[in-house]
Amino acid sequence: MSIAGYVAGIGALGPGFGSWEDAQAVLSGRRRYEPSPTLLPAPILLPSTERRRTGRVVKLALAVAAEAVSRAGIPAQQLQSVFSSSGGDGHNCHEICQALAAVPREISPTRFSNSVHNAAAGYWSIATGATLASTVLCAFDGSFCAALLEALTQVSVDRAPVLLVAYDTEYPDPLRGKRPVPDALGVALVLTPSPGPGSAAYIEAKLGTDAAVSMTDPELEWLRTSIPAARSLPLLRQLALRSAGRTALEYLDVARLIVEVEPCR
Amino acid sequence: MNPLLLKAFTATSCIGRGIAPTLDSLIAQRSGLAPCDFEAVELDIHVGAVERLDEETLPAELSRFDCRNNRLAHLALRQDDFDLRVREAAGRLGARRIGVFLGTSTSGILETELAYRRRDPSSGALPAAFDYGATHNSFSVADFVRRRLGLEGPAAVVSCACASSAKVFGTARRMIEAGVVDAALVGGVDSLCLTTLYGFHSLQLCSRLPCRPFDVERDGLSIGEAAAFALIEPVQAGAGIRLDAASDDVLLLGIGESSDAYHMSAPHPEGHGARRAMQEALASASLEPDAIDYINLHGTGTPSNDRAESQAVTSVFGAAVPCSSTKGATGHALGAAGALEAVISALALRHGLMPGGVNTVRVDPTLTAHYLRRNREARVTRVLSNSFGFGGTNCSLILGRAG
Repeated sequence: MSIAGYVAGIGALGPGFGSWEDAQAVLSGRRRYEPSPTLLPAPILLPSTERRRTGRVVKLALAVAAEAVSRAGIPAQQLQSVFSSSGGDGHNCHEICQALAAVPREISPTRFSNSVHNAAAGYWSIATGATLASTVLCAFDGSFCAALLEALTQVSVDRAPVLLVAYDTEYPDPLRGKRPVPDALGVALVLTPSPGPGSAAYIEAKLGTDAAVSMTDPELEWLRTSIPAARSLPLLRQLALRSAGRTALEYLDVARLIVEVEPCR
Repeated sequence: MNPLLLKAFTATSCIGRGIAPTLDSLIAQRSGLAPCDFEAVELDIHVGAVERLDEETLPAELSRFDCRNNRLAHLALRQDDFDLRVREAAGRLGARRIGVFLGTSTSGILETELAYRRRDPSSGALPAAFDYGATHNSFSVADFVRRRLGLEGPAAVVSCACASSAKVFGTARRMIEAGVVDAALVGGVDSLCLTTLYGFHSLQLCSRLPCRPFDVERDGLSIGEAAAFALIEPVQAGAGIRLDAASDDVLLLGIGESSDAYHMSAPHPEGHGARRAMQEALASASLEPDAIDYINLHGTGTPSNDRAESQAVTSVFGAAVPCSSTKGATGHALGAAGALEAVISALALRHGLMPGGVNTVRVDPTLTAHYLRRNREARVTRVLSNSFGFGGTNCSLILGRAG
């Protein structure tokens, strides 16, 4: 069975790009990459009571998911979802660890609820009313590839459209010293089993041992290697260029995910 | 779905290291819950701790992975010759053809909690020896296990709170069906840490007493820790499966997943998401509700979970099918609960044992599900096991006898 699907919608947000349109201009070489701190929009999809509780990781995931879903034109309720992050909400984690090292040890119920790795997926389902299967993965620096493999497997086996959301945000000090993720970056793809009028490309994945592809622009290459979700950049570049080709993405020490891209005309 | 064979399985929790003592505890209706004396925690609660984890030593070449969670994984892998069975499969199928999909909720976060007590007084930096990636990161346990067993297939951690290690069966099912792998090591590992003990306490979800699922006076859960693993393969001639009535083999027959889309830390009051997960599991197994002989409930012992789950169970199965929660014995092993209870379900099938729910004195008369307090011995052909988590994530598994 081919592990494959059609890209029906893309969302992207990171240092220096506020949407897939922005990212596309940079990745296709139409515009010079000018890094600037990632600006995260308020999670307007959520009811105000929930909105107040969310941190940067939820804002980021909801923003890119909403962009990809709106471009795909498929209601969120019809999508299974695969969320993936290397570390979840680093600021929330820092606050909890700090509180647990103090006397008396006390943590807030909201902080604890938000500490689960699937917080963004939970808020997304609350925001959109999506009740289909949703899973949340982690494979450290290979988290994007774990999610892409899982999402394309769902598309191929379940014959169902799937929303993939991969995102990482920075840890504050002192955790930043141990996990130096510099800023927030997220990417979302809506993948479908058959082509639609708006499909951008057909992509097919398999495991392999080719050397991982890097970015030619040194600043984009720095981004690729410093934020786990940015390991997706070589694939996004291929999609931005709308050209056929093969790209090897960093997954595990012993394996790359090889993705063949065939643009839809 | 195409049925999958549980080629090997094992579990380690507060009721036993490996299958034999776990089964003995279930037969004796023995609880492993005890007053909490973990890490100078000053909470008046009971926990299900695995004793003497401090004595576990990881192999020298993997020492950077050393943390309570990976020690628990290391201990559990050695029970029931599970590690040898996996190595045998790797020899037969190839190390690249076996995927590793494990569930955890907190991984080795305890290392970070402890490191925060040892910050440099002037710079605030964490101790030099602290290794975030190999301990705290969610992937740590899958990375440790694949290295420990020399597996080179795809690997990921599923971290969906308390449904994590039920959902790994779904990932494995798809990967096998798609031909990405020929077999998968699935399971869950979660260990005691301050975040979950103080976190559940802050939500007022912890009982002072050993938890009493479905009891009229139930007042919360008891946190446990566990590691449980299964090696799953397609049902085919080469796997050496026996389909006769005397067969001990256990199959994964169905899996259903859903989202509540309701609240981050409370279940849907009528258990809508839970109901959908159970219905999906039946549909994927092509079974009618009356095919299920016993339900291993999520049954945490919180007033809201048990009420919602009872409603959901009754709405799908009626009020006759026997069900129970084994969390009165094991505690709630959070991200490991799904895999632990899949193994307990496999034991129920293999030994004709519907384990009664311990600690429960008087079943809440407003809960309509048929809750077993005493063990029942009868042939068990198919079991459904529920796991639900924060974020409104739900997963139901159906396991059955091969013969």
